[in-house]
Amino acid sequence: MTGSLNLWLIPLVPFAGFLVNGLIGRKLPKLLVTAIALICTLIPFLLVAKIWLEFSSVTTPYIEHLGTWIWTGAFHADFDLQLDQLTMVMLLVVTGVGFLIHIYSVGYMAHEEGYWRFFAYLNLFMFFMLTLVLSENFLLMFVGWEGVGLASYLLIGFYFLKDSAVRAGIKAFVVNRIGDFGFLIALFLLIAHFGTLDYREVFSQIAQHPEWQGGILTAIALFLVLGATGKSAQIPLYVWLPDAMEGPTPVSALIHAATMVTAGVYMVSRTHIIFDRSPFALSTVAIIGAATCFFAATMGLVQTDIKRVLAYSTVSQLGYMFLACGVAAYSSAIFHLVTHAFFKALLFLAAGAVIHSLGGQQDMRVMGGLRKKMPVTFWTMTAAVFAICGFPPFAGFFSKDDILYHAFISPNGGKILWFVGWVTAGLTSFYMFRLWYLTFLGESRADSHELAEQGAPVHVRSDSKLVSEAEHAHGVHDSPWVMLGPLVILAILATIGGFIGVPAAMGGHDEIGHFLEPVVGSGPRAPVGESSGLELALSASVVLIGLLGLLVVHILYKVKPDLPHKLATRLHGFYNLVVHKYWVDQIYGALIVTPLLLISRYLLKGLFDRGVIDGAGFAAGATAQGFGAIVQRVQSGNIRSYAGWLALGAAVLLIASYFGYTAHFSPQ
Amino acid sequence: MHLLLFLIFGGFCVAGALNLLLQRHPINSALSLIVVMSSLAVLYLLLGAEFLAAAQVIVYSGAIMVLFTFVIMLLNAGREERTHGSWAAYLVGFPGAAAILALLVYIFLSNRGPLGNASLGNYLVTTSDLSRVLFRDLLLPFEVTSVLLLVAILGAVVLARKEH
Amino acid sequence: MVPIVYYLILSAILFSIGVAAFLIKRNIISVFMSIELMLNAVNLTFIAFANHWHQVSGQIFVFFVMVVAAAEAAVGLAIIIAIFRTRSTLNVDQIDLMKL
Repeated sequence: MTGSLNLWLIPLVPFAGFLVNGLIGRKLPKLLVTAIALICTLIPFLLVAKIWLEFSSVTTPYIEHLGTWIWTGAFHADFDLQLDQLTMVMLLVVTGVGFLIHIYSVGYMAHEEGYWRFFAYLNLFMFFMLTLVLSENFLLMFVGWEGVGLASYLLIGFYFLKDSAVRAGIKAFVVNRIGDFGFLIALFLLIAHFGTLDYREVFSQIAQHPEWQGGILTAIALFLVLGATGKSAQIPLYVWLPDAMEGPTPVSALIHAATMVTAGVYMVSRTHIIFDRSPFALSTVAIIGAATCFFAATMGLVQTDIKRVLAYSTVSQLGYMFLACGVAAYSSAIFHLVTHAFFKALLFLAAGAVIHSLGGQQDMRVMGGLRKKMPVTFWTMTAAVFAICGFPPFAGFFSKDDILYHAFISPNGGKILWFVGWVTAGLTSFYMFRLWYLTFLGESRADSHELAEQGAPVHVRSDSKLVSEAEHAHGVHDSPWVMLGPLVILAILATIGGFIGVPAAMGGHDEIGHFLEPVVGSGPRAPVGESSGLELALSASVVLIGLLGLLVVHILYKVKPDLPHKLATRLHGFYNLVVHKYWVDQIYGALIVTPLLLISRYLLKGLFDRGVIDGAGFAAGATAQGFGAIVQRVQSGNIRSYAGWLALGAAVLLIASYFGYTAHFSPQ
Repeated sequence: MHLLLFLIFGGFCVAGALNLLLQRHPINSALSLIVVMSSLAVLYLLLGAEFLAAAQVIVYSGAIMVLFTFVIMLLNAGREERTHGSWAAYLVGFPGAAAILALLVYIFLSNRGPLGNASLGNYLVTTSDLSRVLFRDLLLPFEVTSVLLLVAILGAVVLARKEH
Repeated sequence: MVPIVYYLILSAILFSIGVAAFLIKRNIISVFMSIELMLNAVNLTFIAFANHWHQVSGQIFVFFVMVVAAAEAAVGLAIIIAIFRTRSTLNVDQIDLMKL
């Protein structure tokens, strides 16, 4: 295919949507705002689809040069966009899922005050995310990276009149910033070592020097990992993601499940050439991934807020993706990214439908019995739950399986990583089915008002009116089709989406693995002579532990409903630890936040700002004043003293001029 | 002869100046100044500036000093009081004045050779010589000074008027 | 036959007496008169040099100095009268409205 692909249109159309809705959306009728927002998301999706259909005729990587950006003697960076297989996959996910969530939001946010603002921010997010995946150099990626952080902050704090939402937004932004600091250091190291931030040039330089191992590349990789842990909510910078649930549910679905948090995974995959040269960095990534995976799953076991469960689930699944990257199985990570986008977005949207129908209720302890009242929501969510727990033939089975298999066969402790991942699969199954049971099955506990008044989080509209259940008096039912449509589409994708990555052991062709191979390599190879039996055995074990989780939930919540309470009291030490999220927020607060605040307030503000800086200004003023007071005494108004000084001054001038430069008579 | 005249009238100048310095009542100072100016007129004559000598007497002693005297009498100025206004005038001013004097004397004395002598009548500038220059080469400044005098008159009238 | 230097030294002496008088005198009119003395001393210098160099421009300058001195004397005395009206004193030390 000749001619330009016009990649620049893909991010800029949503940006135009942001401008229009952001600047004048307040005055426009809601229909027009909706139309602009949807069109500005549909057009990129159609463009991406068109490129996808003609993808075989595109020479990759396809570079589009939009203009010069920075041009100094030592360094230059341009506005370059690129398209290769990895970007293609990301584009499809971002624009496709993004568009579905936009449609869903039309229904979900229909009664919101800041409707126009929501869609403006959402379009802004799309712009930055697309810039991030389309960029050809690290600098433009960083622009997108920061931008999605900004959009996330704006959207988390969407209900800006609610204190907790505002604080959550700030927390997200600040924690992200710490990660961004790591990213920046990596950028500086890249410039120092390679002299450029362009992907092609950096990677080709590395390729030409096979002897470069470790050392500076490890440093760069580790700093990149710091950035990724911030953006993708891994240990130690995951703390913002559960709080980010203060934002509206479509935001949680799009940004904190499907796209923004996967930027870290994308980045590691994109820069895998650097990571491949540094086994230490790869191990770090794998360990962080596995640890986060397990750790977050344990916290998800006991949450009562439906969105919090899903948040910890997101952190945990992202841990899987990092684990995959850590064993150099990058295509597995991306595969899981794609399937996770489907089922996690679906989970959040379905949860949002439930919350919306219950008039803002998010506490699972007062839900139940919604299966009959909201059938479509129930069935779509069931598909998602089965997908995430890794049951065949749903999507999550193939992707999670891929990751665990590659972890198992990777050298240096891969089996330990596999074991952690395997146990976490069981935990995942437990908390997902627990959510499923508490929300949809059983009898409705919606009348147990005592629980409701125990401060269960209540959804607050942007005009700060607390919506209580009573207001939604026309009964609990399925949402309107504008919200259900995306649920159905995502459910279909979650069901069949795994078929793009069926491994050879199960008779498939691993299309996605082969598709991504030119960009990310093919991952760790099985030891020679290994049959497909190992892979089948591992997959079976995952399914088994998933079923075990389902069984436990069935016992705890259906057969013996008072057992959970007894277990909690018996193991109350462990239970308390987990319910309070291992006190991590408090530890961070005490160790980092409070000292920083104290230092800022007393040292930096009190001592430096008021003392040194203000003091310098004050001292300058006082000095001038002091001198002035002294010199003022000359201005006495007394003419004779003026005359005296005049005489002296004249004498000095005359003497200086006579004995100075002017020539005078030379005596004979 | 020339020298004698110079010494006498030079002496009068210095004596009058010192008297101006030392007298307490301003009218005495004014009269001493008239002495100074008249002596200076003679000295101008000795140097061959006849028109200026006449002008000195007519304008300076005859008009300006009379004006001073009128003002002193109008304002009924009395003896000076001994007020201590400023130390700078004495401590700083006198050294300055002394320094100026010393410098000037030094310069003049160290160049006395080239300066030569003035003898009576060696260079006489007649009124016609002076007026030739004034009315031909320097006509514009001359006319401007008449405007200057007009402005001065107006200024003096306005400033000295009684407020109503 | 008088050396011109004598005239110059005489004018220097008159000038410095004028400066001293300016510094010592407390009556405004006396101060003003010392200014006139200084001007006259300078006039003498000009005429002495005009004689030495046989140029008439020295005397022209003196002419203009006289004109300006006359104008200045008129205006200055008018100012003194105005000050006397407001301050009722001719003591220089008491006319110090220019102090900060």
